[in-house]
Amino acid sequence: MTDATQIFHDSAVDGASRARWWTSRVLIYGLLILWAVVCLFPIYWTVTTSFKTAPDVMQGHLVPWVDYQPAWLGWRGLGMSPDTIGGLSTPRAEFLKRFANSAVISLSASALAVILGSMAAYGLSRFSYRFGFMRNSDISFFFLSQLILPPVVLALPFLVLYREVALLDTRIGLILLYTLTVLPIVIWIMRDQFASIPTDLEEAAMVDGLSVWGAFVTIILPIALPGMVAAFILSLVLTWNEYFFASLLTSTHANTLPVMVASQTGSQGVQWWSMAALSFAAILPLIVIGIALERFIIKGMAAGAVK
Amino acid sequence: MSTEGDLLHVITSDVISPQRRMVGRILVWGAAALVAVVVLLQLLQISGRIDIGFTNWRPALYAYCVWVAAFLAGQVIIRGEMGKRRLFVLPAVLFVASLTLFPLLFGLVIAFSDWNLASPDGRRFNGTANLVKMWNDPFYWNALGNMVRYSLAIVVEYAVAFGLALLLAANIRARKFFRVAFLMPLMLSPVAVSWMVGKSILEPRFGPIGRLIRDLGFPSPAFFTDPVIARLMIMMMDAWTYIPFMMIMLLAGLQAIPREVQEAAHVDGASGWRGFWEVTFPLMLPVSVTAILIRLIFKLKLADIVITVTSGGPGGATDTVTSFIYREYRDRSNVGYGTMLAMVYLVLIVIVMTVMMKVSERWTRPQT
Repeated sequence: MTDATQIFHDSAVDGASRARWWTSRVLIYGLLILWAVVCLFPIYWTVTTSFKTAPDVMQGHLVPWVDYQPAWLGWRGLGMSPDTIGGLSTPRAEFLKRFANSAVISLSASALAVILGSMAAYGLSRFSYRFGFMRNSDISFFFLSQLILPPVVLALPFLVLYREVALLDTRIGLILLYTLTVLPIVIWIMRDQFASIPTDLEEAAMVDGLSVWGAFVTIILPIALPGMVAAFILSLVLTWNEYFFASLLTSTHANTLPVMVASQTGSQGVQWWSMAALSFAAILPLIVIGIALERFIIKGMAAGAVK
Repeated sequence: MSTEGDLLHVITSDVISPQRRMVGRILVWGAAALVAVVVLLQLLQISGRIDIGFTNWRPALYAYCVWVAAFLAGQVIIRGEMGKRRLFVLPAVLFVASLTLFPLLFGLVIAFSDWNLASPDGRRFNGTANLVKMWNDPFYWNALGNMVRYSLAIVVEYAVAFGLALLLAANIRARKFFRVAFLMPLMLSPVAVSWMVGKSILEPRFGPIGRLIRDLGFPSPAFFTDPVIARLMIMMMDAWTYIPFMMIMLLAGLQAIPREVQEAAHVDGASGWRGFWEVTFPLMLPVSVTAILIRLIFKLKLADIVITVTSGGPGGATDTVTSFIYREYRDRSNVGYGTMLAMVYLVLIVIVMTVMMKVSERWTRPQT
């Protein structure tokens, strides 16, 4: 369409609104980029610091290859630079042991919480119970009220009890406790998930001869899988990052990555490069999970926000 | 969502014979008796009457697990189909009950005793001495005051999170990238964050922020030596980790608002600022209250960052209740006093949360 045949001309008002549109665009993207920098800069800083040497840290270099020449110093301290990765390394063995602890504990606690929580949430969304004075809403409240319980209240009694039953400094001890802390969140998410599944499905399945549990396992669970994944991932993030219980209840055998990172800060405060390498190695799994499974995390956290 | 009454109707026609019921009862009570016997043996062992090699309470724990299994099986044997339904909820109920109620009751016992784990004397009941000590402990009150200050920061966090949610809900490109980037802080372990941000970026001599401030001509900053600034830094680090959490809840709320509502408001002339305050914000009120309450719950648990960055310093200015009790245990192994402090904290939290929930319920009712 050329100017000559143009029927509708932009009036002065439209011109003004276009200018406003541009300013709002610039403002929106400016703010978005600003906050993205705020969110990502610490990660960038940690990655780049892990490749710095002492003078680079002192002079505050920021950009690798431009400001300074990256070196493997930090990763060598951790035994994970190209020249040391083949050989034996005590720090790396230590790191891998903590990593394995973290992985085993967070994976099993999340799995246990999702299993227990899904069953409970399903039961609560389908049947009416009566345990003494407790009705369904009371049971739900009983579960969700665990969220309010601050960890510090349980910490010292657990310390003493675990000492008595020899669960101190064991993986099982931490798994049980972590399951307890994430269970209310799992139930919260799964309750929403099951409430959105119509009961007709199970009724049809039961007419076809399936039992209650058969219908739950074969019909409902596959439908609720996205919610379960969301709950699992969210639990995984929370348990992987947990520090308070881990630092109180473990000492040498079962301590997790956060405990290792925290214990290094004091003694090696000046060795920035190796601390940066260790921190980055500790958060890397979660960065990967965050990028790959962002959809599920958002779904999990949004559950219950909108009723 | 109604929670009373069966949503799923199942007609059950199983007849349970008295013998079967009897078998179930024997199973459950037998297992209970086993627990009682093991506990009794353990007590005898402790008192030194007999020696059967029970070095700790593990056997009692195993016996308890056996009882739980017997109890669950007993439900099905005694009640049939109804018992199978109970099996959905019972494992979780028993799990939570045995892991919270028992430690809490046990904690109450500890709270009223003088118990230093490092000393060989063991536990001594000392009545309300811990309460009196707490009442006269300025550091505990200081930590409680800090919790109030930290909690007030939620207002700012909420405003920022709401702004970010609005930005993400706007019609933008690369939405996925920004969402992932904004989510990142939440994924990172607070301990790693406290090193990355607190000890490294905020390092006064070599950290980039300190350098920037010096380059701008200001004197060398002291992030963690001045009480007010140190507290602000802790608030900012905590906000940095948890803003994404509120943001995502608010974003979900924004996306649930029907488009027609905003279009109708637009047609009626309420756009931009007015449209936000008169249409979007009131509609977002219930979600906002949920987000703030959950955020408050997490805020009251704040400890990791404080423990690893400042360990409460300078002079207790950044102490939270949790970090204070943590140090109380770490430095003095004082289990009794620490537990009493935690119990008082729990009571305060329950009161505050109940009041908050009641208030917010009344506050949001007209809208829903």
